[in-house]
Amino acid sequence: MASQPIRKPTRLEPWQDPGQTPYVRIDRVTKRFGDFVAVDEVSLSIHRGEFFALLGGSGSGKTTLLRMLAGFETPSDGKIYIDGVDMTGIPPYERPVNMMFQSYALFPHMTVEQNVAFGLKQDRVPKPEIRDRVAEMLNLVQLGQFAKRKPHQLSGGQRQRVALARSLVKRPKLLLLDEPLGALDRRLREQTQFELVNIQERLGITFIVVTHDQEEAMTMSSRIAVMNHGKIAQVGTPSEVYEYPNSRFVSEFIGSVNLFEGIVAEEQSDHVLIRSEEAGCDLYINHGVMVPPGTRVAVAIRPEKITLAKEAPAAADGRNLARGLVREIAYLGDMSIYLVQLAGGKTVRVTAPNVTRRTEMPITWEDEVYLSWQPFAGVVLTQ
Amino acid sequence: MKRFGFLSWALWFGYAFLYVPIVLLVVYSFNESRLVTVWGGFSTKWYGELLNNDKLLGAAALSLQVAAVTATMSVLLGTLAGIALSRFGRFRGRTLFGGMITAPLVMPDVIIGLSLLVLFVSMEQLIGWPEGRGFTTIAIAHTTFAMAYVAVVIQSRLSGMDESLEEAAMDLGARPAKVFFVITLPIIAPAIVSGWLLAFTLSLDDVVIASFVSGPGSTTLPMVVFSSVKFGVSPEINALASLMMLIVSTGIFIASLLLARQDRQRARDEQMAMQGG
Repeated sequence: MASQPIRKPTRLEPWQDPGQTPYVRIDRVTKRFGDFVAVDEVSLSIHRGEFFALLGGSGSGKTTLLRMLAGFETPSDGKIYIDGVDMTGIPPYERPVNMMFQSYALFPHMTVEQNVAFGLKQDRVPKPEIRDRVAEMLNLVQLGQFAKRKPHQLSGGQRQRVALARSLVKRPKLLLLDEPLGALDRRLREQTQFELVNIQERLGITFIVVTHDQEEAMTMSSRIAVMNHGKIAQVGTPSEVYEYPNSRFVSEFIGSVNLFEGIVAEEQSDHVLIRSEEAGCDLYINHGVMVPPGTRVAVAIRPEKITLAKEAPAAADGRNLARGLVREIAYLGDMSIYLVQLAGGKTVRVTAPNVTRRTEMPITWEDEVYLSWQPFAGVVLTQ
Repeated sequence: MKRFGFLSWALWFGYAFLYVPIVLLVVYSFNESRLVTVWGGFSTKWYGELLNNDKLLGAAALSLQVAAVTATMSVLLGTLAGIALSRFGRFRGRTLFGGMITAPLVMPDVIIGLSLLVLFVSMEQLIGWPEGRGFTTIAIAHTTFAMAYVAVVIQSRLSGMDESLEEAAMDLGARPAKVFFVITLPIIAPAIVSGWLLAFTLSLDDVVIASFVSGPGSTTLPMVVFSSVKFGVSPEINALASLMMLIVSTGIFIASLLLARQDRQRARDEQMAMQGG
């Protein structure tokens, strides 16, 4: 996970302010299809101007939740409020919400222009105004010269931008995006991520994006809700979710992680000590955790927070220090991934930037190495 | 020389089996002789006689009218049924309803004809409608079974259509009825056209059901052809058949020409999009 959030760190964080009323409030919403519970008592508050990501694998309920916001599904239980208004019983065509579909859902028998104008026509906006607003939108997504084309005469990236223009032209307060970049190739995706964030910040619209791509969620959104089996596993800013995952699921779903099983040996307000046979050493973490000694826990350590060395680091006290053999090295150019097998048999993933040239690489296959990390690196997971 | 191997022979035999009778029919329509099976020299006189045969022409006109009404009614009802089957999701009795819609596809014509005859007779006794049997009863009977075919065609087109198109239209503020007329209908238009043509053809060549529900004075073309065979086929019938074939094959030829051109245009467009993208 080398990606950095592309929004400015100075952004306001309305969710931190208890005086703010959320723009979208999802209140204990459940959706059942027969016996299958797609969304399970989900509660969320999303604020005006947020770029909010619903992140999860297939079947996690993220798309169902989005479709309930758009009005295509009705909650079996619970309520959804948008701008303080209860959305129960309000059909999709009367909601102040627009959606961008995963398949783009461009009307094949209409030109780009007619596609974008469709929503305004439904509202009986005067013709000259429709023309101006459509032209403005097409300029925003840089498709001015394609106005007369039919969707099948466009490339995938252009279709995506038509879909975006069509969903933005009615100036919704809330835009729902279902896997907006899913059908694009990798290069186009990165470029489009920036464009989406730019447009969102410029227009000040609240975005709720469904994605299965954690990197996409990390780079674009102000907050992420990680979903699993219809439940919200964790909500937080990209760095909160990455640095302080609250469960094994989240730590493994976002980025890669090494999990060490262990037993709490010492628990103080400023540190914990965890005895781990898997790691072959004691794990010292410099923040308190509310778990009594003797509890089985897991400690999550990100691969980039582990340092590899051929010599034991000086001032090592035996804590946060493991030994192993380098089994695999994957050279990625800017960095390398090392798979190190510990004495206990566990394989640990370590990433290190290639600050020297490869020919001078000090650590190679079958080397015996020391793995060490700082007291702040580990996160204790009880769930 | 392996050119005329077994497979080529099988192929030629297959084509011969399909087309020799048709070619013979066309050839004999230009026969001078009154006897269908005896070649008496080339002539176009039967085509001339055909134009003076009021009975045949009247039957042809009736058949075309019945077919047009049938096709239109079937498209209306079949489209509704197709939409119900593919869009209402799971409702109670959906399987039963779906099965019942498609039952006329497999039901023997004789049974359909007989049951409708019984219905029409008892309706006439009870409510006085339909009065006697003729155009109306034939059209109703044909609609009953042609509608099933149309429903299947429409349903398969609808299930191939991306449902999010309708959702997108609704999301942009269109009410369900508007969505249907502005989005769904234009997209399934090709299926509606082919459903109409299918129903038209089915009605045009039905002889069994029409025989049951037609009355005196309302004889369809296939019924005339069929009954005239009992007295020996006249070369006029050959001429008529040849004309019908000419019309049908011209229609198919033009349609496929248009489709091919559309395909080529589409391929060019897509290539352009790729280069421009």
